[in-house]
Amino acid sequence: MATTYRTCPRTGLQFDLDADKLMRWNAVAGVLWLLVGGITALLVILTRWPAIKLLPADQFYLILTAHGIDMLILWILFFEMAVLYFASSTLLRCRIATPKVAWLGFWLMVVGGIMTNVAIFQGSSSVMFTSYVPMQAAPHFYLGIILVAVGALLGTGVFFGTLVVAKKDKTYTGSLPLVTFGAMTAAIIAVFTIASGAAILIPTFAWSMGWIKEIDAQLYRMVWWALGHSSQQVNVAAHVSIWYLTAAVIFGAKPLSEKVSRFAFLLYILFLQLASAHHLLSDPGMSAEWKVLNTSYFMYFAVLASMIHGFTVPGAIEAAQRKKGFTNGLFEWLRKAPWGNPVFSGMFISLVGFGFLGGISGVVLGTEQINMLMHNTFYVPGHFHTTVVVGTTLAFMSITYLLVPTLFRREMMFPKLCQIQPYLYGISMSVLGLVMMGAGTLGVSRRHWDMAFSGAPFQYEWPGAAYLMMGLTGIFGVIAVIGGGLWIFLVVWSLLFGKKLDGGTLSDKPTPIPDQSAASSASHTGSEEHIGVPGTVVLAMTLLVCFVLYYFVNWKYLSEVWGLS
Amino acid sequence: MSAILPPSERLWWKQSISGQEWAWIGIAFVWAMIMFVMMVYWHINGKQNLSNEVYKTTTEMFTAKTEAFVKENTIRTETEQNIPVVKPNANGEAFLLARLWAWYPILELEAGKTYKIHLSAVDYNHGFSLQPTNINIQVIPGYEHVVKMTPTKAGTYAIVCNEYCGIGHHTMLGRIYVK
Repeated sequence: MATTYRTCPRTGLQFDLDADKLMRWNAVAGVLWLLVGGITALLVILTRWPAIKLLPADQFYLILTAHGIDMLILWILFFEMAVLYFASSTLLRCRIATPKVAWLGFWLMVVGGIMTNVAIFQGSSSVMFTSYVPMQAAPHFYLGIILVAVGALLGTGVFFGTLVVAKKDKTYTGSLPLVTFGAMTAAIIAVFTIASGAAILIPTFAWSMGWIKEIDAQLYRMVWWALGHSSQQVNVAAHVSIWYLTAAVIFGAKPLSEKVSRFAFLLYILFLQLASAHHLLSDPGMSAEWKVLNTSYFMYFAVLASMIHGFTVPGAIEAAQRKKGFTNGLFEWLRKAPWGNPVFSGMFISLVGFGFLGGISGVVLGTEQINMLMHNTFYVPGHFHTTVVVGTTLAFMSITYLLVPTLFRREMMFPKLCQIQPYLYGISMSVLGLVMMGAGTLGVSRRHWDMAFSGAPFQYEWPGAAYLMMGLTGIFGVIAVIGGGLWIFLVVWSLLFGKKLDGGTLSDKPTPIPDQSAASSASHTGSEEHIGVPGTVVLAMTLLVCFVLYYFVNWKYLSEVWGLS
Repeated sequence: MSAILPPSERLWWKQSISGQEWAWIGIAFVWAMIMFVMMVYWHINGKQNLSNEVYKTTTEMFTAKTEAFVKENTIRTETEQNIPVVKPNANGEAFLLARLWAWYPILELEAGKTYKIHLSAVDYNHGFSLQPTNINIQVIPGYEHVVKMTPTKAGTYAIVCNEYCGIGHHTMLGRIYVK
């Protein structure tokens, strides 16, 4: 088999050239979708900003549909394909399995993505990302998403195949690296996600063609969310893997305990699938018992998993830094971290934002009764902009600063701007999420064109604070778009005009990961070398205090509304 | 030695876990259980729980029931469109129908009384969002959701539709009076 490998002279990472090209094309396709998603984001923001209200209603709903599809599905899925190939073929130093199938998957995703966008921009499919029946889109809207899903499924298949190749070719000994293990959990959840997607979108496509008469509106919501939410769990598993990857690359950090981190990933596989339920908390069709059990991801075991990662990722960094001698006080390890390196700063903002904003708001929003305070309000997009954007997108952006030199063999241009970008984007997006949640707490609806209800038979005047929050949403939304646009500019410019870097030596044989266990087991007493991580303990306890306070404040709010039974 | 390499200890699952890590896992686990129990507790002692009473229905059935309710209990009409204002019996039943793009009819309730409000949609999904008190319930065609509501304070309340339902979505505003 004619496989050629390239060893990056700067990182020592080894790329199968087929995988190398696949990763580059998938990442670039992702960036292009992010560009479309970013332009639509700006239009959405400028319309919801009450003082500007840019678009007319029909165009607003069209653009909002495109924004959801292009960001949540296309940008993220394409980039995740690159992450999967990296975590398997590159980290395990083996050839990628069946590159032709991977290319087929890629082109299916491209065709599907374009098809769905065509349907949206033709104007006949302004049904939002969720496309709840009985509202109907054009058939090619659904068909496009189905093709994307099939393409992604092929990609996950290639990932699993590559794990088998590595095992067979013995390119590593012992267990998978933690990052690859995390990516594997993402891939397993992805299979479940895509199967759910097929189960609902294929019948919906048939319905739009007139082949089936009716789809139950409640059933649609339940099965659709097994796609819609589980896909976000794929993102969580993927970006947590990237956090570990960043910690490993920048600090040489080793997990505090392989056992704990892997167990936490395992909890994701076991319980995240129940996620669809917490979109149905205020729905009529399910009983309270069903909601309580499922929406807590089976008694919050998946939340437990995220709380564990939230401890072990910074803990691993702290331990590595303390070993290097940054042992003064609680936080010298953090103060002396490379804050000027966008790979690290982006990852750390992603970690903190995801935990404090996205995590806490998500659990509160997903509490059965409290959901009635926030269901379908602007709180919901506020929440998921702090999880999917601050969490996932920012993690993907920050790792790109590493991938451009090693994978694309180009030097990043404008290093000062690269330093600023994660702060600009991460902080503005976090504030955006917060003010959106603020508006939602005051009742403002999501997916709504006009806070003034012009044309309605009555008037309702939102509180002044709600207008203030929406104004702030506009301001910070625009800043966030600038931050995201800056990233696209930096990456595209560097790919086109950045200094070409040495790709490293080529070889037709892979060099396996050196067998380190024999040598190191002699020098390691393993469990005896725990390093205290007091700074991380303080951070984690701060998170817990915020979490507990905010959780009970919302119960207090709930107790003040009308009686419901 | 790091997360991108295979664990250096082949038998990593036999390594002990540090005390700090155990402590955090323990705390997080206890917190998870508290949150779980809280939802169950609220079902027993809380006063805001979403009703479990639901029936399958159809557009025709629900429209007919709502019309019968409106016919029997209308006390006046309002606005240029002559929207009926309907006063259900104290502690009685009421119907609220969601359609493109209106909440029908206007209800007039009394504070402190408990009403069984039948909610359904006859075309698309709609969202019952009671403002400014901020209660939000999904309304789904084909499902008749019987929600018991007890208004606490007199006033004029708006029902915003907060599930996207097409081009006129933003004009879909309803009203509930509480006397």
